[in-house]
Amino acid sequence: MKISPSKLISLLFFVFSGYYLYTAYQIQVFAFDENAPFNAKTFPIYLGFAGLVFSALYIILPEANPTDVDLKVLDYKKTIGLTILMILYGLTILRAGYFLSTSIFLVASYIILGERKWIWIFILSFPFVAIFMYLLHGLLNIYLRDPFLKYIGIMG
Amino acid sequence: MIEGILIGLQTALSFKNLLMVMIGCFSGTIIGMLPGLGPMTAIALMIPITYGFDPSTGLILMAGVYYGAVFGGSTSSILINAPGVPGTVATSFDGYPMAQQGKAGKALAIAAYSSFAGGTISAIFLLIAAPSLSLVSLSFRSPDYFGLMILGLTAVAAFSSKGNFLKAMMMVVLGLMLASVGQDTLSDIPRFTFDNMNLSDGISFVLVVMATFAMSEALTIIFKANDPTKAAKQISLSQLGSIKLDKDETKKMVTTIPRSSVLGFIIGVLPGAGATIASFLAYGMERNFVNDEEKQKFGKGSVNGIAAPETANNAACSGSFVPLLTLGIPGSGTTAVMLGALLGFGIQPGPRLYQTNPEIFWSVIMSMYIGMVVLLILNLPLIPYIARVLATPRTFLIPLILFFSLTGVYLMSFNNFDIYMMIGIAVVATILRLYDFPMPPLILAFVLGGLMEENLRRSLLISDGSWSFMWDRPLTIVIMLTIIFIVGWQIYKSFFKKKL
Repeated sequence: MKISPSKLISLLFFVFSGYYLYTAYQIQVFAFDENAPFNAKTFPIYLGFAGLVFSALYIILPEANPTDVDLKVLDYKKTIGLTILMILYGLTILRAGYFLSTSIFLVASYIILGERKWIWIFILSFPFVAIFMYLLHGLLNIYLRDPFLKYIGIMG
Repeated sequence: MIEGILIGLQTALSFKNLLMVMIGCFSGTIIGMLPGLGPMTAIALMIPITYGFDPSTGLILMAGVYYGAVFGGSTSSILINAPGVPGTVATSFDGYPMAQQGKAGKALAIAAYSSFAGGTISAIFLLIAAPSLSLVSLSFRSPDYFGLMILGLTAVAAFSSKGNFLKAMMMVVLGLMLASVGQDTLSDIPRFTFDNMNLSDGISFVLVVMATFAMSEALTIIFKANDPTKAAKQISLSQLGSIKLDKDETKKMVTTIPRSSVLGFIIGVLPGAGATIASFLAYGMERNFVNDEEKQKFGKGSVNGIAAPETANNAACSGSFVPLLTLGIPGSGTTAVMLGALLGFGIQPGPRLYQTNPEIFWSVIMSMYIGMVVLLILNLPLIPYIARVLATPRTFLIPLILFFSLTGVYLMSFNNFDIYMMIGIAVVATILRLYDFPMPPLILAFVLGGLMEENLRRSLLISDGSWSFMWDRPLTIVIMLTIIFIVGWQIYKSFFKKKL
């Protein structure tokens, strides 16, 4: 039996709604609130049921406008590459600081997407981030902790 | 009202706010011009910056971005036949053929003048309608608000679903589920936090908007291997021809603009409809109004064909502020983002906004008008230069969008947990987008989630747990019947109409 991707997503949403509903029932409410007309778990319970109903309807009923996506033309390599790069950015931002991690993130993402104009790659990374940081500090008074710039003595 | 207008003018005309309108219009035009990036992305990218300002200034900046993005969208529709926003698709029907005839400057001028006129007329309507509706909406009670929120969600789901109403409703539920994460507002009981401190305050609105719009737009462009700037490389963006209009063209616009403004404003006020539907309806209406000779020109570069949708989409933008400012209920995805930003400022829009924060209420209305003037005076002559943005290679464009999204979220919390969560939501949103699961209903539901629960809580407590509050008052019955009609019609349209 062949199942369309949209129905598969709906099936996953059905499972997710079931889990959400189960978790909603586990919410601990105060004893005096247990039989109140509305407590902390009332709304989530309704939402869980709504999710189950809508996803079940989509799975059961015939698809009105099936979405056809040609999976062969999708660019998995670059998308996954960028996603991994963003995760690495999240891993390094607190340790290496905003300036270094953001500049390297920009350089790497330009390269992943196929850019090879090195002058522009440089201008739109290190100097660009430095100007952006200066604007944040100077105009909006937003201070960004940066261990790297502190280490080399640029920031206090 | 005169006093309010003066307060609004005083606030909107301060140097800082004028500067914000200009920056907003300018940056909105640039972002809106890029195909695939609409007003929601433009506003989402601006939110972290606005939190550094006072609420009036922040909102004025966002309103400027909104108008700028709509204007930018029509520019790419006319120049490269790639609408930046859905609301400007109808503009491309005649704008692009006119540009191909070597009259791109003229097409852009018609679009700009029509937008200005549509925006001006609808700003006057807004000026009159908003305070009156504010007074009427003071009589609304919790059940009515709860009903109106469901109505807004179902209407947005119906209009944005492209025939897949159930997909849109799943997104509504998902948005409400995401909004339920964090401590319960009344009892402070943690819900769905899984003992993670980062989730105790709930998921940030900026994070969800950035993830589902800016970041997932960027990932979708890469995933689908689209190059939004490809078409721009095939035309000359610096030589667009004269922007002067002759008498005959002006005369045609004079008849088109008033009727399209009225239509656009009314459609904009309706929940869910918005600029896209307004522009298509205005285009269709205009075609029926003109004489046979003019009708033949439609699709080949008709002046009326550009003026009508451009007037209507701008009028609809102003109209969509009516439910936001008077009821506190956004009627579209874009105004939902603005509501989220307002809540972030600690301001609850609604009937009392008019009385409690008149400077915000009026300054937003006045800044819309100033925004229109800025677009006409500054952006139109600068279009040949701004249009070069269209030629920015995606190899630079996409990383910069990701950079602004990641930085925006990092600036809100200064921790990397939010970055991971944003990446997770963006990846899921990209897959959902691929299969036509619409994102605007998710955002609207996420923003309304807390308010909806609050109003349901009050309604159920007042009626002692009975659901009779849904038919106790005539107004609530009317709202509920409208919801039933929309849901019934959508189901009929999806599953039965085709088979007949």
